[in-house]
Amino acid sequence: MGTDPIFRTAGSIPDWARANLFSSWPNALLTIGIVYVLWQALPSLVNWAFIEAVWHAPDSKACRAASGGGACWAFVAEKHRFILFGTYPFDQHWRPALACIVLVALWSVSALRAFWKWWLALVWTGGLAVIALLMWGGAFGLPYVENERWGGLILTLLLTSFGLAFAFPLAILLALARRSTMPALQGLAVGFIELVRGVPLISLLFMASVMLPLFLPAGVTIDKLLRAQIALILFAAAYLAEVVRGGLQAIPAGQYEAADALGFSYWRKTLLVVLPQALRVSIPPLVNSFIAFFKDTSLVLIIGLFDLLSTIKVSLTEPAWTGFGVEAYLFASLIYFAFCYSMSRYSQNLERGLAKAEEGRRR
Amino acid sequence: MSAAAMIEMRKVNKWFGSFHVLKDIDLKIGQGEKYVVCGPSGSGKSTMIRLINRLEAHQSGEVIVDGIELGDDLRKIEAIRREVGMVFQSFNLFPHLTVLENLTLAPIWVRNTPGKEAEELAMSLLERVRIPEQAAKYPGQLSGGQQQRVAIARALCMRPRIMLFDEPTSALDPEMIKEVLDVMVELATEGMTMIVVTHEMGFARTVADRVVFMDQGEIVESAPPGEFFSAPRTERARLFLSQILGH
Repeated sequence: MGTDPIFRTAGSIPDWARANLFSSWPNALLTIGIVYVLWQALPSLVNWAFIEAVWHAPDSKACRAASGGGACWAFVAEKHRFILFGTYPFDQHWRPALACIVLVALWSVSALRAFWKWWLALVWTGGLAVIALLMWGGAFGLPYVENERWGGLILTLLLTSFGLAFAFPLAILLALARRSTMPALQGLAVGFIELVRGVPLISLLFMASVMLPLFLPAGVTIDKLLRAQIALILFAAAYLAEVVRGGLQAIPAGQYEAADALGFSYWRKTLLVVLPQALRVSIPPLVNSFIAFFKDTSLVLIIGLFDLLSTIKVSLTEPAWTGFGVEAYLFASLIYFAFCYSMSRYSQNLERGLAKAEEGRRR
Repeated sequence: MSAAAMIEMRKVNKWFGSFHVLKDIDLKIGQGEKYVVCGPSGSGKSTMIRLINRLEAHQSGEVIVDGIELGDDLRKIEAIRREVGMVFQSFNLFPHLTVLENLTLAPIWVRNTPGKEAEELAMSLLERVRIPEQAAKYPGQLSGGQQQRVAIARALCMRPRIMLFDEPTSALDPEMIKEVLDVMVELATEGMTMIVVTHEMGFARTVADRVVFMDQGEIVESAPPGEFFSAPRTERARLFLSQILGH
């Protein structure tokens, strides 16, 4: 980002350093301090991660013997299929892999403003149907795979995507209800939002997995994955509703009055005039919530679902490969970071793009 | 006076909390008549015309528009709003839509006009307010005067029988006031029923059938402009006129 104001551009390197790194005594001290820390930490980190790292080894002993204290990436190489796809049948791993690609493609398409049309909903419906077919199978010659065996990255992505896909419309309804003039509707929305926001996600997940079955009539069972998914949807909806409400509050009363005066009914006014403006305003906080939610899904491991983080945990329990937690969790962090960072970059671009468009509208 | 009343108010009262904004308002406006409402700020003029399309609700008395009495019935309110166009002081155009989309939105979604027909209507109205070349722009790219003319065209797109203007030129720079008033004068000569809250006394003189002077929530005077300007009957009106015409 060359436009950052903290980096003044100057002609030569000494000039640049003087302007940016040694402009004052505290600044100079800070620069020297950081250089010292990097000097101390970087070589050993590089040494551990690359120079002395072992990339191929038959088992942990060989890995330990081969490395002089370096990282054992052979562990990740050995276990990546399990980490990414969990206990999904090994010869069918292409199916969750393809499902991951379809999901990422869906998100990427939704990210382009040219595709912000009503038919995007159809694209999503179709995409999710393809993913369901891929994951469950049972048709077109694909063997059936029960969802107890789904796991790893695809589970994380699915929980996030389905979570957001259902939570987002629900959140809009909740936000509208909360601003409604009907006291009962408003009370319900406020009650729901405050209740869900008032408890940790873990307790919601426990409720969904342990307590909910107790309340169901005998013989009725809801799939564990579905229960967790519902808990996640409710959780996300409560948070997103508050974000959307913030956007709604940013719309001036004149917009409502103009729409009213033209004879719009409540829903037409909301869909055509209010929401398009309100959602635009709420994009940065929405993306922020999306990122948080993506990482929050990892909590499903406590109720025994094999998301990305749980598969890592399980892969570490195999006796032959114990003791490689740092490598394993670094691998997971990289995956999480890749997704979250691209979301964050995207939201920054979007903000800049919308700001520019806004400026265009203001001449 | 011509024909039956388009708008009738009988003993209308309204309070904001404990503040009595409108006191026993009686008003009768016939089809094609042009009323100018003036008075000091806080006198209740805007509130009064906002009763006509129920942007504000009255608490006692009757408001009858085009034969329909306004109450809590939403369908009646929406029916009235389709017949009553409104122009606001702050334009209130939809900033996320182009000028053309601003104009076609209500005909398409409220009147179920086919898209092409709505666009033709919109373009003809943009020509009438003399800015057809701005159709593809966004409201924020236009000057205040242009925005207000778009707002007038947007209201006309619904083919209303009554037009309400709530201080349409108060937020405009002086050089833009004329272009908006010209459009309004034209509209008046075509026979539209109009109620205009404004301090543009020149407009009142040339266009109005009657000038209504309000103060502290009451209609203090209601007279043809010639009479009102040359011989105001009350001290309050005389004071008001001297204040706005005095310099």
